[in-house]
Parts: sequence; C-alpha cells; structure tokens
Amino acid sequence: MESKNLNGRVLKNKVMKTLFFSATVIALVFLVLLFYRVLSQGLGYLDWNYITSFPAPYPEEAGIWPGMIGSLMLMGVVAVVAVTIGISTAIYLEEYSPKNKLADFIRVNIQNLAGVPSIVFGLLGLTFFVYLFGIGYRLLAGGLTMALLILPVVVVSSQEALRAVPSDVKEASYGMGASKWQTIVRVILPAAVPGILTGIILSLSRGIGETAPLIIVGAATAIYTLPDSLLSKYTVMPIQIYKWTARPQEEWQFVAAAGIIVLLVILLLMNALAVWIRNKYQTRY
Amino acid sequence: MSRVTTTSSQTVDVRSLLENKRSKKLKLRKLENIIPYLLLLSALVSILTTAGILFTLLRETFGFFSEVSFTEFYTGTNWSPWSGEFGVLPLIGGTLLITVIATVVAVPLGLMSAIFLSEYASLKVRKVIKPILEILAGIPTVVYGYFALTFITPILQSIIPGLSIFNALSGGIVVGIMIVPMVASLSEDAMNAVPNSLREGAYALGATRLEVAMKVVVPAALSGIIAAIVLAISRAIGETMIVTIAAGATPNLTMNPAESVQTMTAFIVQAATGDTTYGSIIYYSLYAVGITLFAFTMVMNLLSQYISRKFREEY
Repeated sequence: MESKNLNGRVLKNKVMKTLFFSATVIALVFLVLLFYRVLSQGLGYLDWNYITSFPAPYPEEAGIWPGMIGSLMLMGVVAVVAVTIGISTAIYLEEYSPKNKLADFIRVNIQNLAGVPSIVFGLLGLTFFVYLFGIGYRLLAGGLTMALLILPVVVVSSQEALRAVPSDVKEASYGMGASKWQTIVRVILPAAVPGILTGIILSLSRGIGETAPLIIVGAATAIYTLPDSLLSKYTVMPIQIYKWTARPQEEWQFVAAAGIIVLLVILLLMNALAVWIRNKYQTRY
Repeated sequence: MSRVTTTSSQTVDVRSLLENKRSKKLKLRKLENIIPYLLLLSALVSILTTAGILFTLLRETFGFFSEVSFTEFYTGTNWSPWSGEFGVLPLIGGTLLITVIATVVAVPLGLMSAIFLSEYASLKVRKVIKPILEILAGIPTVVYGYFALTFITPILQSIIPGLSIFNALSGGIVVGIMIVPMVASLSEDAMNAVPNSLREGAYALGATRLEVAMKVVVPAALSGIIAAIVLAISRAIGETMIVTIAAGATPNLTMNPAESVQTMTAFIVQAATGDTTYGSIIYYSLYAVGITLFAFTMVMNLLSQYISRKFREEY
C-alpha cells in the first residue's frame, strides 16, 4: 500500500461508507413509505363503525369485526395447542434428551420445519384436518394448521429461555434433594417463564398475520355471523384484507388499508407486551 | 393394659406413616420415570408433522400422476389446468423470475446494510437501526402485497409506460424488500462472529475501514453470508401473498419482468379459493405443484445448512 495512494484509499472508504449507509436507509425508507401509504389511505375509513361492522357490499359500510373475533379465537386454539406441545418439546430437548440420535433428529427436523413455506402447511392441513379428520372448513382445522406452523418458533424460543437458566440454580435445587421433575417445575420453568412467554407472543404475532395457509384450509372470505364454537365457519383479518385488496375499485383499497391499520396496531400491541414482559420479569443471573 | 394399647396403636400409626411416605415416594418416582416419555411424545409431534407433510404431498401427487404423465407435467409449457393442460414449467418460470428480481434487490441492499451495521455504525446507531429492520421482517406479507399493488405498481407504471397492473417486477421488488432484513441480520451475525483481532491486525497494517471490511471481514464471514442469501432465496420461492396479489394469475413462461406471471404458490391459492372438490384433478394438481415447491425450498434450506456447516471458518 503506497502512501501516495492514501488519499485515494481514504476517499474510496468515505464514498463506500456513504453507499453502505444509503443502502441501510433505503430499507428504512420503504418502511416509512409503507406506513405512510397505509395511514394516508386507511385513516379516513377507520372509525368505530368499521371495527364493529360485518363485511358489506358498499365500502362505506364494510367492517372488520368478524375478522378480529376470528383471529382472536384462532389464536386461542393456536396458543393452547402450540404452547403445550412447544414447551414440552423444549423441556424434553433441553432437560431430558440424552445426546442420542433421536434427539438430534428432532432438532434437525424442527430446524427444517421452520424453513417449509407456510402454504405447504396449508396443504397438510387441507388433507389431514379438513378431509381425513373430517373437520371441514372450520375454525378448529385452521387453528391446528396454524399451531403446527408456529410450533418450531415456539420450541426454539422456549429452548433458548430454558437454556438461559444458569446451571447453579438447578444444582442448588438438586442439592436440596429435589427430583428432576420438581426442579424443572419449581425452579427452571418459573425462571424461564418470561423468556418463554415473550417467544410465544412473538410466534402468535407471526401467526396472526399469516394468510396463505388459512386460505388453503378454507377460512371464509365473508361471513355474517360470529364464530361461536370450534366448529364454526370463520374468517381472519388478513383474509379480509386480502379480499378487499384484490377488488378492482379504488375505494376497497382504502377499506383494506383501514384493516391493515387495525392489524398492525394489534401486532404492535403484542410486540410491546412481549418487550414489556421481557424487561419487567427477566431475571439477570 | 390401656397403656399398651396406646403404644401399639401409636406404632401402627408411625408404621403406616412410613408406608404412606414410601408409597408416595414410589408413586412420585414412577411419575418421574413416565414424564420423559410424555415429553418425548409431544416432541414427536414435530416429526409427525414432517412425516405428515411428506405423506400428504406424496399421496396426492401419486393420485395426480395416475392421470397426468410425469413427463407432461415437468416438460409441458402450457399450464391451464381447467382445460386439462398440466405443464408446470410456466409456474416454475414465474417463481424463478420473481425470485431473481427479489434476489437482485435484496442481496446488494442486505449485504451493504450488514457491512454498514457491522463495520461502520457505532453501537448506538446499530441499536436504533437493527430493531427497525426487524420491524420490516415482522410485517404480514398480505400488507406487503397491498403495498406492491397499490403503491409500487403505480410508480412503476409512471416510469415504464404500458406496464400492466399485475406484473412480476412490482411483486419481485417487494419480495426483495421483505427478505432484506433476513439477508442483513444473518450476514451481520456472521460478520460479528469474525474476531476483532483480525480487524485490528489489518488496521495495524494501515488498512482503511473499507479494506478491512472487504478484504478481511467479508471473506472470513463468507460462508455465513452465502448461507444467509440462500436461506433468503428459499423464503422468496415460498412467498405467497405478495405474488398472489401483485404478480397476477397468468401462467406465463417468460423472463420479461414487465409481464404478469403466476408462481407455484399463487396457483395453489387460486385453485384453493375456487371450488375445488376433494379428489378432483385440480385438487390433486395442488399437491403436485406443492411438492415441486417443497422440493425447491428444501434443496435451498439444506444447501444453506450445508454451506454454513461445511465452510465455516473457526477462529
């Protein structure tokens, strides 16, 4: 590196730094544009009436109420199934699994499942839950499909939370004569709960925005009664938004944008809750 | 006499207490022994899921290939399933076109962001920018689809006259934006894993930041970076809502980004929203397309894992 080139090299560094910075900013600009677009189109249509109304043939009267209730109920099913199976799997992998081939296989398998496109989970749900189990295009089928979809995320985040509990806490518990299960239930899980909860809320917030698999397992596009059981017909917010977006008249875009605002606000609240739980209850060892 | 009775009843009490405690302990131990198996049972759900995916895809695909020939499906260039033409190449072509556009957008943006965040940005700046990038990753794809159709497409139409409403370009660009955070944050992780001693050695030799980044850090983190890109490409291949909304529903074997195309995922959505009866040829075709899609993403995922495992530089 010759010194007469020094100025050139320093200049090149500065130019590239600006370039790298601009690239980072471009991604952020897209985010700002997206929010701006959604707010400018949607705010005019967003009012109390919109939130509490059913779909309607006229844009001014359409509302997202059944989608909100449907999303909420669906997440209820997903939470129950994914949380039970997810946490048990995580406990098995972190605390029990001997370092054998089966446990390794389960780990690799979970990693691979996380990379399967969500629409393929929809096909799985269509064959198994809708047809073979005979559930039909009902809330339960959608919930089970979605639960399997977010299961890998729940498992991995729960594993991380369990791993973060230091081993001296466990050893102290064993030293007091506690059995393994007692240690897990009374010492490890309570210490890991904030982390696990954070992971679960984040996985649910991923599930609440998923559209494709639910289209496949037959979430209805427009329903005029609220789902009242696990075997009801249902719709969810993203599907209502999708249907409105797909309509050619421009007014429906505004209706879709209003729905997006509702969806994003719910996602924001869930994420804020997750961050709050993490900051408030996370114990630092 | 009465004293003896009391004593004997007391001894009996103590013994039964001991018995009680022992049986309780035994029960507890039995429970302790069962628990790992119960937990294993739920851990097996994930394996059952994989098995279920393979089973459904294979079973229905076999059903499909009993009616349509394998060669027709994989070499045919005409996809119009409702009139009995099952050549999947236009769908694969559509998927690849979208993926190429997305990669062209996401790789430079993602890599440059990663270099900026890892090599140039102060800790403070990184702490602000990284979470914002994560927000991009958390936005539902249906929202991106809306954004592509109602915002990006009109802008592109004003630049490129005659561009149709549904086109591969708009969808591809937005899919690219969607995977930028993935490329950026995984690549940045890989760069962060490069030990500082390497950087400091290069600085001591008089290298500029750019030289350190391009000649030391990026080469050292290359396996992680490539793995990140491959994983992001796999995500782009499987992306559904953006392309369904913005790229249209015209199976079209073209590499012209201005045209409307249909991806594999978009066909699955289209066919599933229509009236598809169980056991019909359209129903089976969902799975034949699905297994092709699954194979593409699986190969990319395994490739990504292989690259990051095989070529990892340990320091």
